[in-house]
Amino acid sequence: MAVVRVDPETDKAPVSVQLSGVSKTYPTRGAPVQALSPTDLSVKSGELVVLIGPSGCGKTTLLRLIAGLIKPTSGTVDIVGTNLWRNNRRQGDAASEMGVVFQEANLFPWLSIEENVALPLQMRGSDKADRSRRVQALLDLVGIGGFGQRWPRELSGGMRQRAAIARALSYDPDILLMDEPFGALDAMTRDTMNIELQRIWMETSKSVILVTHSISEAVFLADRIILLSPRPGRIDSSYDVPFSRPRTTELQSTIEFQTIASTLRKRLTEIS
Amino acid sequence: MSEPTSPDGRSSFLDSKWLPWVTTPVLLLAMIATWQIYVSRSGVSAFILPAPMAVAHAWIDLLGSGRAWHHVLMTIYATLAGFAWALVFGVGLGTLIGRIRWLEATLTPFIVATQVIPKVALVPLFIVWFGFGITSKVIVAAVLAFFPILTNTVLGVKSVDAGHQDVMTSLNASRWEIFRRLELPSSMPYIITGMEVGIVLSLIGAIVGEYLGGASGLGFLLVSRMNAYETDGLFAVMIHMTLLGFVFYFGIGFLRRMLIPWHQSANM
Repeated sequence: MAVVRVDPETDKAPVSVQLSGVSKTYPTRGAPVQALSPTDLSVKSGELVVLIGPSGCGKTTLLRLIAGLIKPTSGTVDIVGTNLWRNNRRQGDAASEMGVVFQEANLFPWLSIEENVALPLQMRGSDKADRSRRVQALLDLVGIGGFGQRWPRELSGGMRQRAAIARALSYDPDILLMDEPFGALDAMTRDTMNIELQRIWMETSKSVILVTHSISEAVFLADRIILLSPRPGRIDSSYDVPFSRPRTTELQSTIEFQTIASTLRKRLTEIS
Repeated sequence: MSEPTSPDGRSSFLDSKWLPWVTTPVLLLAMIATWQIYVSRSGVSAFILPAPMAVAHAWIDLLGSGRAWHHVLMTIYATLAGFAWALVFGVGLGTLIGRIRWLEATLTPFIVATQVIPKVALVPLFIVWFGFGITSKVIVAAVLAFFPILTNTVLGVKSVDAGHQDVMTSLNASRWEIFRRLELPSSMPYIITGMEVGIVLSLIGAIVGEYLGGASGLGFLLVSRMNAYETDGLFAVMIHMTLLGFVFYFGIGFLRRMLIPWHQSANM
């Protein structure tokens, strides 16, 4: 069922994220709920992996476990070879290899766009000149170069999400984690953002792990699609997407694209 | 900025922000005219209700009196000093209560108890404890302003957006950084709302303190005018108090625009 990989280079690339037997169980008043059963996952450096699945499949839980926003019930999360959790504490050096983008831009409304993007650098104590130079470069990279002085509320949803991506990239992490980053945007903006994300990813050569519930977004963006199934959340299957880059909007109307999309849709219907 | 428009698309004066600038003076003049007509028609005694012009004269006399300005300064001092204490303790304790579950559970019954006591009933006690000087007024002003500042701070700290907290966690922020860069600015609109209520209560506290003890402040001046049957002077002191209330209230409004220009409320 899986499409054969065409690029053997990436198979030798170093590992960015390594999950071994990672599970998450939430205690409730009744029986504990297993949000994610023990899961192994390996993401190579520079790879763009998309997690997709019906609601309740644990895809967001999986991403938040990788980000260290929640602590696994069992198993280990390794980020670029460093254990994320040690002595019940999230390790700062492992965490700083990851930038997280959420469904909402989550910009701080009391900071201007450039102050929002500069925030992580400020917290790392970088000096002002270095900061403003980096922030301008980042704003240019994400395509909102002229909007640094604005308040977040003055920008459209798509532009706010671009700023959130710039903030996540500001301290140059190896890995970009994105939880339905374009889920709150309208369809047209979403298509634009997919193309923009591909460009940013190609220019920065980060590893990207992205959660979505859109099949076409998954096929358009991914090197590899991981399909999760619910009750309890677990990895169901994995699909390599062989299209060359940069991919364009026209790709979406090709037979090859449609074939992968319909395979995914069929399997999603079976497990939902 | 475009002019507000009515449903038919034309700009309507009734929706414009200039409306109160016209209606307020008109309504004020109408009230004073009614007052004047009532006084001259009914022949009511000037001890009960003096004519507007008599009040105006008394107020101008008050403006020209150095002694009166001393009283104004004493009231301002008691109000602001009490308010400052309320701010420090209200924001400090509010931040702790908003963050620490067990502290909230422990302290809430006591805070509610102190809130339901009619606090002006404590004024005689404060005078017994702290004397007829300025200290007892400062304490009354502080006690009255404390509660709204505290509750608004608690609300503000608890209303910190979960998504914003995720951002700070993902950035590996320390407890101090989370407080300084997220909780404090995000609670600021709530704290300022508490301050807006608090400053007016501080003024009330200072004046009530002055009613009952001591020989200074606008509250004292008001009571002495009453005892002298100078009703026009009494009205004049009330005007002073009202204007002082406005100054304090708009002072906080100015702070709001300075401190939280990003917030909707700063543009209203």
